[in-house]
Amino acid sequence: MYAPWVLTALLVWPLVAAAVVLLLPGRLAKYVALATSLVEFALSVPLWWTFVPAGGMQFMVDRTWIAAWGIHYTVGVDGISLFLVLLTTFLMPLSILGSWSYITRREGGFYALLLVLTTGMIGVFIALDLFLFYVMWEVMLIPMYFIIGVWGGDNRLYAAIKFFIYTFFGSLLMLVAIIVLYLHAAAVTGVYSFSYAHLLAQAPLLGSTAWWLFGAFFLAFAIKVPLFPLHTWLPDAHVEAPTAGSVILAGILLKMGTYGFLRFALPLFPAVALNQTVQLVIVALSLIGIIYGGLVAMVQPDFKKLIAYSSVAHLGFVMLGIWALTLQSVQGALLVMINHGISTGALFFLAGMIYERRHSRLIEAYGGIARVVPLFAAILTIVSLSSIALPGTNGFVGEFLVLVGSFRTYPIATGLATTGVIVAAAYLLTALQRVIYNPLTDHENEKLTDLTARELLVLVPLLVCILWVGIYPRPFLRRMEPSARQLIEQVRPGATQGQPAAGGQP
Amino acid sequence: MKLDPSVYHDLLLSLLPELVLTGWALVLLLFVAWRHQTVRDLRIAGWLTLAALLSTAVATWWLWWNRAGVEGLAGMVAADDFRWVADWVFLGAAALTVLISFAYLEREQLLAPEYYVLLVFGTLGMLVMAAGADLMVIFLGLELMSVAVYVLAGFDRRRARSAEAALKYFLLGAFASGFLLYGIALLYGATGTTNISLLGAQVAFMGQPSVMLLVGLALLIVGFAFKVAAVPFHMWAPDVYDGAPTPVTAFMATGVKAAAFAALFRVLVAGFAGVAAWHDMLWWLAAITMIGGNLFALGQRSLKRMLAYSSVAHAGYLLVAVTAGGSSGTSAFIVYVIAYTLMSLGAFAVLTAKGRAGESDVLIDDLAGLAARRPWLAFALAICMLSLLGFPGTAGFIGKWYILIAATSAGQNTLAAILVLTSVVSAGYYLPVIMAMYMKPEPDEAAHVDVRLDRWGRAAVLAVVAGLLLFGVWPNRLFDLARSAGQSVQPAATATTTGQ
Repeated sequence: MYAPWVLTALLVWPLVAAAVVLLLPGRLAKYVALATSLVEFALSVPLWWTFVPAGGMQFMVDRTWIAAWGIHYTVGVDGISLFLVLLTTFLMPLSILGSWSYITRREGGFYALLLVLTTGMIGVFIALDLFLFYVMWEVMLIPMYFIIGVWGGDNRLYAAIKFFIYTFFGSLLMLVAIIVLYLHAAAVTGVYSFSYAHLLAQAPLLGSTAWWLFGAFFLAFAIKVPLFPLHTWLPDAHVEAPTAGSVILAGILLKMGTYGFLRFALPLFPAVALNQTVQLVIVALSLIGIIYGGLVAMVQPDFKKLIAYSSVAHLGFVMLGIWALTLQSVQGALLVMINHGISTGALFFLAGMIYERRHSRLIEAYGGIARVVPLFAAILTIVSLSSIALPGTNGFVGEFLVLVGSFRTYPIATGLATTGVIVAAAYLLTALQRVIYNPLTDHENEKLTDLTARELLVLVPLLVCILWVGIYPRPFLRRMEPSARQLIEQVRPGATQGQPAAGGQP
Repeated sequence: MKLDPSVYHDLLLSLLPELVLTGWALVLLLFVAWRHQTVRDLRIAGWLTLAALLSTAVATWWLWWNRAGVEGLAGMVAADDFRWVADWVFLGAAALTVLISFAYLEREQLLAPEYYVLLVFGTLGMLVMAAGADLMVIFLGLELMSVAVYVLAGFDRRRARSAEAALKYFLLGAFASGFLLYGIALLYGATGTTNISLLGAQVAFMGQPSVMLLVGLALLIVGFAFKVAAVPFHMWAPDVYDGAPTPVTAFMATGVKAAAFAALFRVLVAGFAGVAAWHDMLWWLAAITMIGGNLFALGQRSLKRMLAYSSVAHAGYLLVAVTAGGSSGTSAFIVYVIAYTLMSLGAFAVLTAKGRAGESDVLIDDLAGLAARRPWLAFALAICMLSLLGFPGTAGFIGKWYILIAATSAGQNTLAAILVLTSVVSAGYYLPVIMAMYMKPEPDEAAHVDVRLDRWGRAAVLAVVAGLLLFGVWPNRLFDLARSAGQSVQPAATATTTGQ
């Protein structure tokens, strides 16, 4: 087994590098940052092979941090967090490479913040102590706030503060809930500890308090996902953020919300999570997200805003899959989380690349550019198709699994959600047509240059992933199956008996 | 080391820090009487003050190291960890104030070394307040501190606003002292004693508290609420904080507030643990102070006034610790007050660098583009703002977390929820400061040319930022200290039973 120190190294290494980047002259910053993130990725890749699917929590480290409150530094990964950690380390070098020519002022600060953000995101996914989790959850807020606020578009101040206050509001209530949970567990066992395993063992005894606590956790995660009607910060933040900011926001930050549901809100409060009304409300909200997000995306004149609303729809699928609580649907939800990171990340990269050339995000500013920039057009088409969930691409596998799995639990809702796939085709294909086909009317577009080698270097790894997951998803499904099963059993004992698993037995 | 207050020698020993500081105060007084009002003499007086504070801290440390404690019948002064830790907070706040005063006084042409004498007397009053185990001693300390600070508030006598601040502070402060004294008188009438632990024993013995006792207690709390600027007794605070010279404001917002809270804690936790009524009263006080302070601060455009209202809001958070009571509430108070002292002083210190002529006209927007011009100063202010906001990684978060734990374990979940929700509101006025510094362009090239701290001011800011980050990540030592301090303040009933 790969050494347990690796998770700590993943956490500390970007932080150290961030300090170095700040001290170096600005023009060196991007090189150091890229090298750092590549090392980080190289460090994380062996996790993929050494991870034992049926092994539960792995690579665990447990050290006392603040003894007076029983706070530990506990980290580890299982089949749920493994992929999110890998997704983070995979997207970071691409984001840095994607910002190469986009970021022109205060480069040192920008790349240092990106690296600090890496630490925060990985910390959220590997933390197994609720105090540590909370700290990381908040810590990643500040770099993102600065990335949007300093390097963002015209309306950046509004978007930055909206993003901050929304998230901060949700997370502070979660803070109180964590403390109440901690004191409850201490009252039952006499042991003061924020350890995830410890709290998980005592949580079923909560009684009616569980409702309040679930509410607090729900709010924090639902804002992050974002679930309708708490999604309004997302389009603003996405549109105003620089390319790397949008990619990370969509690719990883949103997954923190769904990850929070999987890791904390569901297993800690199974009694509430299994309540019929609660499920109905959440599934309904996810469904509204899928359809409403798609419909609103249809009428967006701004390409980045369109992608932002498509995120709302995709994350609706994830939520539906999680709350259907069947093996296939949870596996599907996990896969959609990864796919969304890849496909939407690629879409934001492409939007950023064309924006750098033309300085417009409006769809109507383009049209007919397929002849001028054939490579760009081809890649945009493939990525859009994967986002629509065309068979053969990653999007199909994930959404199909979610729909098949959820049909067992919510046949009507699943039927309605299927229309979301059609809506997705409607808005993305229309946009695609308006951007790259149609007649070329604006003469400025004739001067556009096609993708450079650096830009291809950003996009090709994403394309490879799109096809890999689309054609052969088994390595992914196999690794997440035992953890998904364990999670469902935790919430609803005996539920996975006889259920088919996607990807076969590990 | 056990001290018996009925023995003359032991009594003097237990008052060692106060005696040391009094000695220095007299030396300083003699010094300024013979000296002229020049920059050089001002500097010497400042250094003497620092020496005075340092030697007092050493004396306190010596008593703490030898585990000094009071033995036998309840005396006039307490000797416990709570007192030592509180003393360090006051001395630290005073020392940081001296460091940021050097350049400020010279720049504003306030060449009067008496400034430092007043500062020392003010600090002495705080030490006496924290030491007081008798309401009369606490009152003496409070008056000593208040009178010194009234004068300090009006120290920039050529500016009308400073004079206004002093007059306002004096009138309302005298009024508050009246409340306090009347409360003490009624408590004496109800119980026949002003000694806190005897009061506690009496209250426990009486069972159902009499009306006179309750009225006395209410007046006492009102008196303290004036001093800590809790809503609705906060009206004086914004004007006084705004008008006073900024280092004095920093001293008032941190030291004076901490001292009033320390005394309030000792009175309520040690003396009136058995009376349920004050919990309700403080619950409401805490709730409306948090809500009011944060909402009022939201509307401020001047940085100094915003910080004034923010200090009202933080008084609300500290009141939550008081309401939680018990040893965990006291420990939470210690941790929070240390964090608060650091972050608030840091913010005011940076303000002295930016402002001129009393700083009251520095708007938050005037900081625009500071990060590009003065990156380290902007970074320090950003850390202070994040800490005031209670952001993880800073001491402010650790303090808030401690208060939340104390409140929820005392069953005050609603108060905890109000605390976090008002913290969200506070993001609405702390973040614009960061936003102005980092995300807005500077209005013109010369906007921040003369923004500069001298080397002592820089040392103070550096100490503050280092402390905030250190305690934010590694608070273990601080917790040990806070815990032993919290346990040293016990309800009187248990104290007497264990004593017998």
